[in-house]
Amino acid sequence: MKRERVGPGDGLGAPAASGGAENLRVRSLNAHQLLRGGELEGANQPAHLEGEELERYVHERLVFTTLDSAVAWARSNSFFPLAFGLACCAMEQFQTAGPRMDIARFGYEAFRASPRQADLIILAGRVSIKMAPIIRRLYDQMLEPKWAISMGACCSSMGVFNNYALVPADKFMPIDVHVPGCPPRPEALMHGVLKLRELVQDNPEAGWRERYGAVGTEERP
Amino acid sequence: MPDATGLELLAHDLGEAALEAVHYRGGATIVVDPAHIRTVLQTLRERGYRFLASVHGVDYYPEEPRLGVLYELLDMSRVDRIAVKVRLSMDDPVIDSVTPQWPTADHQEREVYDIFGVVFRGHPDLRRILMPEDYEGHPQRRDFPIGGEPVIFTRDESKWLEARE
Repeated sequence: MKRERVGPGDGLGAPAASGGAENLRVRSLNAHQLLRGGELEGANQPAHLEGEELERYVHERLVFTTLDSAVAWARSNSFFPLAFGLACCAMEQFQTAGPRMDIARFGYEAFRASPRQADLIILAGRVSIKMAPIIRRLYDQMLEPKWAISMGACCSSMGVFNNYALVPADKFMPIDVHVPGCPPRPEALMHGVLKLRELVQDNPEAGWRERYGAVGTEERP
Repeated sequence: MPDATGLELLAHDLGEAALEAVHYRGGATIVVDPAHIRTVLQTLRERGYRFLASVHGVDYYPEEPRLGVLYELLDMSRVDRIAVKVRLSMDDPVIDSVTPQWPTADHQEREVYDIFGVVFRGHPDLRRILMPEDYEGHPQRRDFPIGGEPVIFTRDESKWLEARE
């Protein structure tokens, strides 16, 4: 980047020793140069800012944040979903990772085959009563913090089924985001994942433990 | 399919085991006595029906005898099909297993047991196959209550909670 330099050679300033109004002007120009991110040349230029200029300099260069929100920002931009397709919704889930939707744009492309490496489970399809304990075990094996998305009507409310075989996912595990549809289009799943990102970024306290009154049940070594 | 006459002849050969021969819409069905199911299937196998295509259950509620088990047989050289049907009462829904003769019947008899509650005597491993092991009842029986887990939507959550109190 070409930078405008301030120095004696440019005819913009004079040595600081010349004093008076000239000196003030040099100092002011040097300060502005510093504020633009430039460096000063010459040995006898003032190398530091003071007072209001220093405040302004610091404010323009630092982003104040808390560690919590920085961590939440990092987490929410790199979920590792568990590859767990249960039925036809899984086809749409695959397509979400495919070239058209390209979930990798947001940093969620690392679908994991092991619950130990995942922090997001997308229940894509209908959950049968016989499958429920297995899903619950997978969810328990995921490391905290963890989130869950229930994708499609079957998983949220049993959809078109009202029979002995199925159970809605909320009955046996906490769900953060429900994505409606039968099956939801990849856009809808994308929207759901981005909703989850919003949740994690803006309101990291709204984890499942808080919502289900389970604070203090974390595993301790 | 055997034609109507052929079916009558087949039923005649089965003797007292055959209760009824039905030829309906091009489909041949022999209703047999549950006590003779093994010999009936063995006889039909010798007649060329060597492939047991399917075993499935039916609930004829409110008729009696209520439960039915169907064996679909196929003669692959003549491409000829025949169905063997037995009817079982609810009081004693027990029938001989044909798994020793037809290994393919293994899982299908387990399924009929699981869903309709028909007990196959002599089956090597009669357990539930589709429903969880600790499930109670046989869900495809007609008198099994329809509807599974009730779903609470946000809009009627308060009604639910009131009803529970």
